[in-house]
Amino acid sequence: MTSASTNDIEFRSVAKRYGAVTAVSDINLEVPRGAFMALLGPSGCGKTTCLRMIGGFEQPSEGTVFISGEPMNGVAAYRRPVNMVFQHYALFPHLDVEQNVAYGLRQMRPRIAAGEITRRAQEALEMVRLGGFGKRRIHEMSGGQQQRVALARAIVNKPKVLLLDEPLAALDKKLRTAMQIELQTLQRDLGITFVLVTHDQEEALSMSDFVCVMNAGRIVQVGPPQEIYDRPASLFVADFVGKSNRISATVDGNASVRFANGARFSAPAVNGTRGAAMVALRPEAIHLTRNGAASADTLAGTVTHRIFLGSAVEYSVAVDGLGDFLVTADRRTLGDGELVEPGEKVGLAFDPNALHVFPV
Amino acid sequence: MTAATNTKRNLVTAALVAPAAAWLMIFLVLPFIAMLVFAFGERAPEGGYQAAFTFAQFANLPTRAAAFWNTLILAPIGALACLLIAYPVAYYLAVKANPRYRLILVSLVVVPFWTSLLVRTYAWMYILGSRGIPNLLSMIGIEDVRMLNTPGAVLLGIVYGYLPLMIMPVYVSLEKLDRRLLEASADLGAKPVSTFFGVTLPLSLPGVMTGVALVTILLLGEYLIPQLLGGGKVFFIGNALVDLFLQSRNWPFGSAIAVTLVAVVVVVLMVAMRIAFRVAGTRQVDLV
Repeated sequence: MTSASTNDIEFRSVAKRYGAVTAVSDINLEVPRGAFMALLGPSGCGKTTCLRMIGGFEQPSEGTVFISGEPMNGVAAYRRPVNMVFQHYALFPHLDVEQNVAYGLRQMRPRIAAGEITRRAQEALEMVRLGGFGKRRIHEMSGGQQQRVALARAIVNKPKVLLLDEPLAALDKKLRTAMQIELQTLQRDLGITFVLVTHDQEEALSMSDFVCVMNAGRIVQVGPPQEIYDRPASLFVADFVGKSNRISATVDGNASVRFANGARFSAPAVNGTRGAAMVALRPEAIHLTRNGAASADTLAGTVTHRIFLGSAVEYSVAVDGLGDFLVTADRRTLGDGELVEPGEKVGLAFDPNALHVFPV
Repeated sequence: MTAATNTKRNLVTAALVAPAAAWLMIFLVLPFIAMLVFAFGERAPEGGYQAAFTFAQFANLPTRAAAFWNTLILAPIGALACLLIAYPVAYYLAVKANPRYRLILVSLVVVPFWTSLLVRTYAWMYILGSRGIPNLLSMIGIEDVRMLNTPGAVLLGIVYGYLPLMIMPVYVSLEKLDRRLLEASADLGAKPVSTFFGVTLPLSLPGVMTGVALVTILLLGEYLIPQLLGGGKVFFIGNALVDLFLQSRNWPFGSAIAVTLVAVVVVVLMVAMRIAFRVAGTRQVDLV
């Protein structure tokens, strides 16, 4: 037995195989008590498999999952101190809202008195602002309301960890944003650990304390959202989390990055890369200048497309010898508040520190 | 929408419904009305029907109490026996069986239907008859076991003949069951047994009710199985009707019995559906 752990969830060298297919391998992850952890990755990356191994719906082929320091190998789902909000909610259609929420309480042994069950179910419904909806049938509730019923049902047993499997995927954008805030508030109020699975990087960045980026069955980076965004550990992370421009380049011994078109930058963060490399550059790290000509630290190009987003503007800029760049500009970046017209020649300036260099 | 398109739409609807409506009218409604009229009539001296208005036939019903009794007891018991065997089979097929072999296994359930029920029931006559199992038992010293022409033989025939009809609706309702609901139940702390009684069973009840209603209704009109396996001793209403119409040619009394049987079926059906609706909490019933 491990010592009293400060981690609510811990994966140690976990792998999961289905026959010859490896779903996840080499998973080592710690989720501190009370943290909000997002498992982020494209579909099929194994994030849901990891969540299901915490819930007890899958058993690891190798390694061990710990919950509050207890190894969970062979422990059935109904014995685990975690609860899950399922992707499509999985609410019981034959029970009304209150009975759905009370379902977990009814399973408690020793039994809880009926009045106490009702009281706690009501309390959980109040928490998700569904007081007074207890007698409704599930199919009478909207998607957003069903989502909150699922949430109430999962928190009513006061689990140590709440698991959320793409909980907001089925909601429209406005509702999703509202629910993101609600989930964060709920997590702070309850003080329990949340593990969220999502393929939506915005969702992961906005809600969680830690993001665990996964790809092809492996963890590629774990860290706070800002760190993931500002210091992506690989080209995959740079691409998947937020947008990135990719530039092929070579790095020489003096940590000097030479782009394919000959432009040369002195980048301090080359991560020891030598030779052929791929450089990622965030669209918002680039500043447009009018009539700019290529210089020591500036690229020159022509605006080909403009996408007006309201608060910001996205430009597609054809840079000589390097292809298309995506540039996100604040409306006032150019000082005069005027937009750049497609066809205009522009300069692209950026801080070389913003270049993320990866070996290829 | 104009009146013209409305008329056209109504015509199309009428054309679609007409064949079925005509069929039901000619072969169900009209005969039923005839039967209702007969039931209040009298037997003609030479047999058949003679116009009259009397309740005498209904007053006479108690003379066929044994037939009603056998039918109304054995039909539901048979349906329940079918259910008790069918549910685990359907559960295995829908939940536990390897999906790769599921189709084959399900077709195996239906295969017996390819042979006539008459032939199969006849086979049981031999198995249960004096040259069948009782003969084998006498070889090991157990003498004078009577199997054929007992309620048990009829029940066996019923379960044997109607089992597939019970398995299919239960299978369909279990197969449709969302597996995530079972995971959700386990996630909320329910042991497998609690999950079965809290989620699986209630959600498969529409299928169960469909199967029970289907088998019970068919059994209420059963003729063949009691005739072959019940001999003259365990007879159903169906057997009484054949006697009355074909032997004693007492059409009015036969009609009165038939009308009463229909009334019983309707009541059974309504009660079963009411229960299914309430438990499943839905307004639709899966009639497979």
